Amino acid sequence: MKKFINDPADVVAEALTGLAAAHPELRVDLTERFITRAGAPRAGRVALVSGGGSGHEPLHGGFVGPGMLDAACPGEIFTSPVPDQIIAATRAVDGGAGVVHVVKNYTGDVMNFQLAAELAADEGIAVETVLVDDDVAVRDSTWTAGRRGTGATLLVEKIAGARAAEGADLAAVAAVGRAVNAASASFAYALSAGTTPAAGRPGFDLPDDEIEAGVGIHGEPGRRREKLRPARALVHDALDAILDAKEFPDRVIVLVNGLGATPLIELYLVYGEVAAVLADRGVTIARRLVGNYVTSLDMAGLSITLTAVDDEMLRLWDAPVNTPGLRWGA
Amino acid sequence: MDVALACAWLRATAGAVTAEADRLTRLDAAIGDGDHGVNLTRGFAAVISGLDGTPPATVAEVLVKAGSTLISKVGGASGPLYGSALRALGKALPSGTTVTPEELLTGLHAGLDAVRALGGAAPGDKTIVDAYAPALEAFAAAVAAGSGLAQATAAAARAAEEGAAATTAMTARKGRASYLGERSVGHQDPGATSTALIFRALAGVAEG
Repeated sequence: MKKFINDPADVVAEALTGLAAAHPELRVDLTERFITRAGAPRAGRVALVSGGGSGHEPLHGGFVGPGMLDAACPGEIFTSPVPDQIIAATRAVDGGAGVVHVVKNYTGDVMNFQLAAELAADEGIAVETVLVDDDVAVRDSTWTAGRRGTGATLLVEKIAGARAAEGADLAAVAAVGRAVNAASASFAYALSAGTTPAAGRPGFDLPDDEIEAGVGIHGEPGRRREKLRPARALVHDALDAILDAKEFPDRVIVLVNGLGATPLIELYLVYGEVAAVLADRGVTIARRLVGNYVTSLDMAGLSITLTAVDDEMLRLWDAPVNTPGLRWGA
Repeated sequence: MDVALACAWLRATAGAVTAEADRLTRLDAAIGDGDHGVNLTRGFAAVISGLDGTPPATVAEVLVKAGSTLISKVGGASGPLYGSALRALGKALPSGTTVTPEELLTGLHAGLDAVRALGGAAPGDKTIVDAYAPALEAFAAAVAAGSGLAQATAAAARAAEEGAAATTAMTARKGRASYLGERSVGHQDPGATSTALIFRALAGVAEG
């Protein structure tokens, strides 16, 4: 393992120290381990709190700021945050109008956010949970923990954050977040696994000519192993899986997301293939985003997310956002 | 079981998960995300340091406190699951400095119920439940047959270990391993394995 770290046990704490130093517009509570935007809580506004294991940066801490999240709770690497963190962040940003928890559908995240939401209810804070489960690589959700939350998390946080910013109530903010998730589907490939500092070795080994299809964002292996093929063929298969899983009747937002160690030149190449396939299939791309947003440490790989949007979602997507990881119109 | 024995159980568990951390992590890396050993080591270390101050006065308080610590310190799925199990176990016990094997049986039932309620797992899903449920059954049978704590916990530990071994042939239906589907077959479940360690630790201290 070669990484720019000091001690594997200190990586999350030291990264938060660095985040605080790099972004004075954020407040980083190093003791309770949560990140809030300056000026929290915003009186009378619904607040958005998300969180999850560390190692997916800029998700979630990099999406704290005007137009997106009010707070983020980073857990240990690939380990969900604990209820204490989540309730502390929830208290810190509650402006009296309630708090939306954006939770990726992983067993640990769901349990810890559920325990925190129960604590919040005891304290009289209204919490609505929006569960993100866009990864269509998980086929049979009856016999699994269900589809995983991946790239669509960014779209849920952006669009629900914009709705909260314009003063919508708790039910409306949660509703648009759920609608975005319901309208989204993602599929990912890995060329190689990421290495957690604690483990010191890659989460799985792949021969030089093999890839993992349908991989998750924690180094958990995917749907199947297969031989590496040209990007065009991989994109075709990924979009088949996505378009089979959900209806995309009209316009979409496309996210081509790097998983940490894939250069932008490959992400743009893949975006070009995605655009060509969608043109063939009669799907109109209304907006697109290409870059590293929901990562898996140093995994080489990428995910493709499609979200079917209406005018309202597009308006909210275009609304100003000013965070370390996503910024426009601000 | 008295307060000292309950504390000894938790210390023995901390020792076991630390000693077996690499094995738990390897099992988890095969079908999960490879942090089970690290997370349990961190969690039970926190439980032990919580006991180092003034130990709680009752068995119930020892176990409730340990469960709360795990929920607060571990994260992931194992923190809430083991934490809720210990809290439920403790809460089901009468307040007092000792508990009988029958009372412990009631508590262990409550612990399993908490795990199943939170995680939604049934026997055969390749989870903690596949070690915990047979351990509980063996413990209940031993208590019904008039065995003492040492014999009953030894029977529970054996059943947990057999249950954990039997998860190798199962297809995971809960947690991160479930994403692998049939590719999870052939790997022993890390959660069932750590559950067996916890029951073995109990049998070890009960034997004296």
